[in-house]
Amino acid sequence: MALKFPIFMDAQSTTPCDPRVVEAMLPYFTEKFGHPASRNHPFGWEAEGAVDAARGKLARLIGARDPKELVFTSGGTESINLAFKGVAEMYREKGTHIVTTVIEQRAGIDVCKRLERQGFQVTYVPVQPDGLIDVDAIRAALTDKTILVSVMFANNEIGTIQDVAAIGRLAKERGVLFHTDATQALGKAPIDVESMGIDLLSCTAHLVYGPKGVGALYVRRKGPRVRLAPLFDGGGHERGMRSGTLPVPLCVGFGRAAEICQESMPAEGARLAKMRDRLQDMILSSVDEAFLNGRPDRRLPHNLNISFAYVEGESVLMGLNKETALSSGSACTSATLEPSYVIAALGASAELAHSSIRFSLHRFNTDEEVEYVGQRTIEVIKRLRDMSPLYELAKEGVDLKSIKWKAE
Amino acid sequence: MAYSDKVVDHYNNPRNVGSFTKDTPGVGTGLVGAPECGDVMKLQIKVNLETGVIEDARFKTFGCGSAIASSSLATEWLKGKTVDEAGKIKNTDIVNELKLPPVKIHCSVLAEDAIKAALADYREKHASVSTATASK
Repeated sequence: MALKFPIFMDAQSTTPCDPRVVEAMLPYFTEKFGHPASRNHPFGWEAEGAVDAARGKLARLIGARDPKELVFTSGGTESINLAFKGVAEMYREKGTHIVTTVIEQRAGIDVCKRLERQGFQVTYVPVQPDGLIDVDAIRAALTDKTILVSVMFANNEIGTIQDVAAIGRLAKERGVLFHTDATQALGKAPIDVESMGIDLLSCTAHLVYGPKGVGALYVRRKGPRVRLAPLFDGGGHERGMRSGTLPVPLCVGFGRAAEICQESMPAEGARLAKMRDRLQDMILSSVDEAFLNGRPDRRLPHNLNISFAYVEGESVLMGLNKETALSSGSACTSATLEPSYVIAALGASAELAHSSIRFSLHRFNTDEEVEYVGQRTIEVIKRLRDMSPLYELAKEGVDLKSIKWKAE
Repeated sequence: MAYSDKVVDHYNNPRNVGSFTKDTPGVGTGLVGAPECGDVMKLQIKVNLETGVIEDARFKTFGCGSAIASSSLATEWLKGKTVDEAGKIKNTDIVNELKLPPVKIHCSVLAEDAIKAALADYREKHASVSTATASK
């Protein structure tokens, strides 16, 4: 099959809508346009039925006992904000301490920074070099004032899947609420909020071949019953936790996407992992001083993150971006020149944090695309190393750490 | 962020990539930036000791596409200039030529620093030569 360009291998930033999802959504834009809160006519009943069916599909995917435990939001960022701020406001009298990690995605980190300004105390548990959070480090961070533990299910850059069940057990033991950001893990790794002791779970549709603009927050109703203060006021929809007219077509699409994930996850995960492993083997066997980030055996099946010593991430992407969409942990586009805080937190040297490339595969990638992207990546790395003064120095046997660099 | 055509051209067809042996007469070397900041440039000039004109230049850069383009452009501009003229190249000239956006201005600053460092290294190594030519 002929390759079609550009090739998309950035599926941890977003995914294309599955055509089956689009098909399910379409009637809800036109003939089935009712408001799910209209209780007194068939248009409303039809819309409410569709939203509840979608809720049920999502509940099954995460093992929730009751579909009512799912609150639709505008996406992962809103879900995370609602979980943190909702708990913080509602449980403030019980305590003002929150435990989270240094590798959470920006929404999780930034909402904590805001809560700190509002008088909460936040402990950011460090990450181990393999990408895992040590459960004992979370245990050690807990105090009598802790009201919430939040640890992401799987990381957006390195794909490492945390020991969520152990953290859930710890939270139960200590009577603390447990939130997990599962935006990257949903539909990719098995999730069971009951056996894993999850009280709150954030997710989004656009990373599971659903539409952009809709997400959900799982809010446990029993053992314990979690109460949340809403982010904004209004008609009291979604059990009073999230006012606003539900985007019915998006909810339906999210439900259909969840249903497809549930049916296809085992086979799709195995297929993507095989393609990912092929890409990894190709690159690591041809490029010296390329380092795999994150623990290989506890990883999302579609994730591959490699740091290429002596070349800068953005320049690698520039060499590929006409034909292949990838992502780099390097944020040279920001004035601060900050490298990936996730890769840096693993204890890697700062220049390796500037050199990380993330390949993330999706449902529609092919073996031919994997071969092409692997080959082109190898070529671009070689070309850039021929241009790299650091590679030249290293090849001459100079220890880069022995040079007194003049940082700007 | 889209790159300007000139940045893309320098990235795809970098001019004067490579190295001179550091202790060759007439060669000045500048190494600026830091790996942890994500940018390191090595820029070298080869000066005709008779005329004081830069006859050739080379670079190697670890950094983003704009950093590579800034140093590639710098080597082009250096060739044919005297050592004194070369010292007048400003980072703003590079910004204008490559149409660098504000977040990439530091790349041009680093290129100017690399030029200055290469010139300083040349002057230091060839102090006796330049005084000799000046006294003529």
